[in-house]
Amino acid sequence: LTGYGKGFLKGLAVTLRTMTRRSVTRQYPEVKPDLPPRSRGVIALLEENCTSCMLCARECPDWCIFIDSHKETVEPPGGGRSRQVNVLDRFAIDFALCMYCGICVEVCPFDALFWSPEYAYAAGDVAELTHERDQLREWLGSVPPPPELDPTGPVPAEVDRARSQRAPG
Amino acid sequence: MIATILEAVLRLAIVVVAFLLLPLLVGQMEHKAMAHMQARLGPMYAGGFHGWAQLIADGVKFVQKEHVVPTLADRKVFSMAPAVALVPYLLVLLVVPVGPGWVAVDLDLGLFFALAVLSLAVLGSIMAGWSSANKYALLGGLRTAAQLMAYELPLVLAASSVAMAAGTLSLSGIVLAWHPWWLLWQAAAAVVFFTAGLAELARPPFDMPVADSEIVLGPFTEYTGLRFALFLLAEYAGIVVLCALTAVLFLGGWRGPFGNDVLGPVWLLAKVFLLAFVVIWLRVSNPRLRADQLQRLAWQVLVPLTLAQLALTGVVKVVMS
Repeated sequence: LTGYGKGFLKGLAVTLRTMTRRSVTRQYPEVKPDLPPRSRGVIALLEENCTSCMLCARECPDWCIFIDSHKETVEPPGGGRSRQVNVLDRFAIDFALCMYCGICVEVCPFDALFWSPEYAYAAGDVAELTHERDQLREWLGSVPPPPELDPTGPVPAEVDRARSQRAPG
Repeated sequence: MIATILEAVLRLAIVVVAFLLLPLLVGQMEHKAMAHMQARLGPMYAGGFHGWAQLIADGVKFVQKEHVVPTLADRKVFSMAPAVALVPYLLVLLVVPVGPGWVAVDLDLGLFFALAVLSLAVLGSIMAGWSSANKYALLGGLRTAAQLMAYELPLVLAASSVAMAAGTLSLSGIVLAWHPWWLLWQAAAAVVFFTAGLAELARPPFDMPVADSEIVLGPFTEYTGLRFALFLLAEYAGIVVLCALTAVLFLGGWRGPFGNDVLGPVWLLAKVFLLAFVVIWLRVSNPRLRADQLQRLAWQVLVPLTLAQLALTGVVKVVMS
């Protein structure tokens, strides 16, 4: 009985202490959540950086990125050989298929894709979850600046490599 | 003559209003206090300000629901059970003194009446369990009966201790005879009375009869709509009545540090709500007692404790006289 008495009093103390503290409930619709900068909410597209190289579309594990493009010939203003550039016709991500792995963001060589913490884009129909480039562009506004590097963290691979190459000299 | 009738009607009206209002306040307090004890906020929307109208919304919801009576149920007993569970608490409130001479019905045998009627309310649960034609309900009803058998004895013994100390069975008389040092003298009786009362109400941690994780909701399994709401109201009315009786018997009822003539009801209400908070606090902090733990607590702890208290009361009474 003494053991139960102790636990009994401890239990009462715990509940009373919890009551005097602030509750952890977030009043969601009124108060927006404070998301960490690297939250994987939605993928935003910076169209100017995209070269239609198709790397993202090919690396995507569930093939949810659609890219249409055509080639255009551009005459350089100073004269000389004419160049070919890719012009993006369509860039769409089907978020019904997307599994938020972030491989496309990682693989993009030109920093055209970004994670945005925006999450409230539920739709009533599966088809409405395919978002075209206008919408992907709009989400760019909610992309937070990249967080500062952790001074105690590991040295970035390229810095490390550069240092080790310089070391023998 | 007319004045007497009017006065009687007024007294009854006040009791009925208190009977309908206080359980709602206790229920709302339970919502909020329990939520904050669990680091939640509880209802926040109904009524706009911190969900004050949540229970009204619940009531409206219950009224809209369909009455379902199982085919095999004993219809008459099934329909009567909620009333049997609820009305006794109203009757007990009639004899609770709320101020000097302020009592709806002043009975010389007030305590006897209150205890007798209080245990009637449990019959509502047993009737519901028996008439529902449902195994879970039957199990719940039988558990209620077993719990009633075990806890009725310490409840009555604890109450008789304070009656012995006051030398009267009148609730008003007990309040008048009460003295602050009784808090110490009758402490064991107060604890036993309150605990046994909780068990009679089947409040957690004594909610074996309605254990929702084992037997759905015990005797109330088959109830829907307004009838179910009446059982819920009965539970909270039961809390009010138990707290009022504990306050009257052991905490001096309407007597406070000052202004007893005018502030009597305020003191009593303050004590009732303090005790109601303890009821909620105990509920949040404790897991459900098993059937054998329930019986052991009643027969091996509470009954010996009250018997010792009775002996102490008798000895002190004789020594003082």
